[in-house]
Amino acid sequence: MKKLGYFPGCSLMVTNRAYSISACNVARQLGIELSELSDWNCCGATAYLSLSEAKAFVMSARNLAIAESEGHDTLVAACSGCYVVLRKTGKYLDEKPQVRAQVNAALAAGDMSYKRTVKVRHLLDVMVNDCGEEAVKGCVKKPLQGLKVAAYYGCQVGRPFGEADDPEFPVTMDRLLGWLGATPVEFPVRATCCGGLTMTTEPELGMEMSGRILRVAREQGADCIATACPLCQINLEAYQDRIGRRLGADVRIPVVYFTQLMGRAFGLSSQEVMAGDSLTDVSAVLA
Amino acid sequence: MSTNERIGVYICHCGSNIAQTVDCAALTEYAKTLPGVVVAKEYKYMCSDPGQDLIKKDVAENKLTRVVVSSCSPLMHEETFRTAVEDAGLNRFLFQMSNIREQVSWVHKDKVRATEKAKKLLRAAANRVLHQRPLERREVPVTPEVLVVGGGIAGIEAALRLADAGKKVHLVEKEPTIGGHMARFDKTFPTLDCAACILTPKMVSVGQHRNINLMVCSEVEEISGYTGSFKVKIRRKATCVDNASCVGCGVCWEKCPAKKIPSEFEEGLANRTAIYIPFPQAVPKRPVIDRDNCIYFKTGKCKVCEKFCDCKAIDFEQKDEVVEITVGAVIAATGFETLDPRTLPRYGYGRFDNVLSPLEFERLTNASGPTAGKVLLKDGSVPKSVAILHCIGSRDEKHLKHCSRVCCMYSLKFAHLVEEKTHAEITNFYIDIRAFGKGYEEFYHRLLKEGVTFVRGKAAEVTNVAEAPEEKGKLIVVAEDTLLGKVRRVPVDMVVLSTGLKARSDAGHMAHVLGISRSADGFFLERHPKLGPVDTPTEGIYLAGACQGPKDIPDSVAQGAAAAACALSLIDRTRVVLEPVTAEIDEKLCAGCKLCIANCPYSAIEFDETRKVSVVTEALCKGCGTCVATCPSGAARQKNFEDAQISSEIVGILASM
Repeated sequence: MKKLGYFPGCSLMVTNRAYSISACNVARQLGIELSELSDWNCCGATAYLSLSEAKAFVMSARNLAIAESEGHDTLVAACSGCYVVLRKTGKYLDEKPQVRAQVNAALAAGDMSYKRTVKVRHLLDVMVNDCGEEAVKGCVKKPLQGLKVAAYYGCQVGRPFGEADDPEFPVTMDRLLGWLGATPVEFPVRATCCGGLTMTTEPELGMEMSGRILRVAREQGADCIATACPLCQINLEAYQDRIGRRLGADVRIPVVYFTQLMGRAFGLSSQEVMAGDSLTDVSAVLA
Repeated sequence: MSTNERIGVYICHCGSNIAQTVDCAALTEYAKTLPGVVVAKEYKYMCSDPGQDLIKKDVAENKLTRVVVSSCSPLMHEETFRTAVEDAGLNRFLFQMSNIREQVSWVHKDKVRATEKAKKLLRAAANRVLHQRPLERREVPVTPEVLVVGGGIAGIEAALRLADAGKKVHLVEKEPTIGGHMARFDKTFPTLDCAACILTPKMVSVGQHRNINLMVCSEVEEISGYTGSFKVKIRRKATCVDNASCVGCGVCWEKCPAKKIPSEFEEGLANRTAIYIPFPQAVPKRPVIDRDNCIYFKTGKCKVCEKFCDCKAIDFEQKDEVVEITVGAVIAATGFETLDPRTLPRYGYGRFDNVLSPLEFERLTNASGPTAGKVLLKDGSVPKSVAILHCIGSRDEKHLKHCSRVCCMYSLKFAHLVEEKTHAEITNFYIDIRAFGKGYEEFYHRLLKEGVTFVRGKAAEVTNVAEAPEEKGKLIVVAEDTLLGKVRRVPVDMVVLSTGLKARSDAGHMAHVLGISRSADGFFLERHPKLGPVDTPTEGIYLAGACQGPKDIPDSVAQGAAAAACALSLIDRTRVVLEPVTAEIDEKLCAGCKLCIANCPYSAIEFDETRKVSVVTEALCKGCGTCVATCPSGAARQKNFEDAQISSEIVGILASM
């Protein structure tokens, strides 16, 4: 069993636990143990970064330091927000000696330091590029034959650096879905913002942005939307009725994590992929 | 170290290039403390005549025996100073240069530390020069023939100029015909004359010229030797057609039953047969068999072409042939590739039917193309609206950082052609319009008057997701209009992606074969960006056309002619001087183990059976140093790179101040 450092992040502990649990179960099938960091803390979150970069970097770097001390060279994040912040911290520490000195001085207070040996990766990247076609296909017991899926990546999987996928038009999840036997639909809004936190601060705008994604998925004939980020998932699944009323159209569609689809294709039970946590009717998709 | 040598040291300010970062006065004072230095001077421009005179005067008056100049890169002025030293009566190899511009002042800011570094580099040079020996240069005869690699417009121009001057030219082209990219264009900007009309006469001249040995379907595999006498190995690929017997009647490609092969020349918009000529005006007008798609080669049965060929020119057993020639100079005119629009999936190329690459559009609008010049959508209808997206992949940190120079103008040309042929509504999305050439800005203004719309803003994406009723069934171009400060969505029927020009994907391999370097953008590197635009650092190898960087037709032609002139000025000398930086083997130390012979990449070492020692053939030695590194007894020595010279230089850099 290959062991990779795993950073669940706050959402995946509670509201989006289905993502984390299905991810760990699916990874195990592929011979990977997602080993949760001990005593991890907030990733540093985008909001902190805009208020105090230094503090956010210290908070974020503490997680990298833990991963390093636990002997991990890779830290996997499933939440795209955590992924971007942890990566950004790693990149700044690599490239800016001043930030590095500042952060390590702060970490020293807790007898910690970070030597820059950890690479932050998104769960989707690991599943597609590390596990690969052969291994994934080898695990498929119940191919998702005939299931039309809109692969929704959100805005942060490829951005800003686009190392694992094209930043503007990512394709890795489509490939993965193909290996599972599903049919990815043409989905041009795959990397268009879901609205992010505007759903709580500017709900009209947020609903417009999420609404576009739901509408296009339906127009393209998708049976469901697959996501790779807890915030995208919530925005797309929790407000469908409200968005529908606002747009005057039915936008209901099942929204699931890509790991849940992997689990179903791998023959895991609906408990193992936490189908019961869904806010949309996923009975046809995760059955 | 005590020495009888008398060294003169000269520190160059290079205007303020060096002086503003290096304390030249302190450096000069420091120089005076170095062993053997009897004169140290600073001067504003050492490369100027007064600067050189300074050296000459001191050699005479102060009886200097060695000279060091601290200035720019040796690539810039080593030759200048060596000549000055020689004019002063010293051997030109009793000179050493230290680079305190590119390696110091241009890359450092802290004046104190930069000066320290300059001192160390100077000390290294002064140490080294004490160990240098006088060397004599040798003269070799020149072969008055030229190899031109690549038969696009630049290579054609170079070949014709040389051939017209009475020189023998070997023109090597990879494809079955010469003509390159230009042969596929419709009109040319800004004059709108037809590309074929101006190109094909030149192609015919190449085919008929008695001084041009045209080799198509051929590739240069190896170049060895040196300026004035390069040995070239060329692989002539089997075409299965005997060009001497074939008359180009066309029966074979008319009768060939394998007809559904996407034509490379037509960008896959039309089909060709397995035995084919790329286009009707191909030069030479001789067909080739595409073995991958030929029914006979796939199944062992067919040979229809052979049956119909009256000339008995078909030869299925034909094999590749490697020919060897000797030439005095080489011109690389290997051209470019256009960026594959699939690398930018957000613009929908390959996903949407009516998103076109620029070469596809050229063929579509070309009178001899797949639609006989009609601009049509995939369903055969005429577009009512067309968007042309500039700078696709160019000026883009993630793809091509450079401006591809030709895209603005070919985009304008496309706009004009669409307007003329369809009266469609045309929208150009651009970052800046770069209409820099003669008549280009005027052409842009002509387009403005023709009613073409220009939106200043790079297109973000092409989507088919309609947000409004008028967008249904259309391709929608999304862009920020930076003049309005608003995001615009423009629904259109057809999108042309003006992709940039990039170095050929085999440019690395070609650079290796030619023994030249490439710049960061992947294109071949010229000797000097301003003063040596067609030379390379390798003497006798010249560049022409877009292999050196994106270029339009006039610039490619100019460079082709310039490269021809450079080659001519080399081969018209009957002899050339070769640098004596070669290896030599000390017979007293040589044990006769022959390791050097086995390792020499140029077969320049022979074994003398009577004396039982290895001997370097100087004319063949390229001075690569492999034998020097290999020799277990230290008998092989590299002239001007001897152990004592290198180690004294290292000591100069590393010892404490």
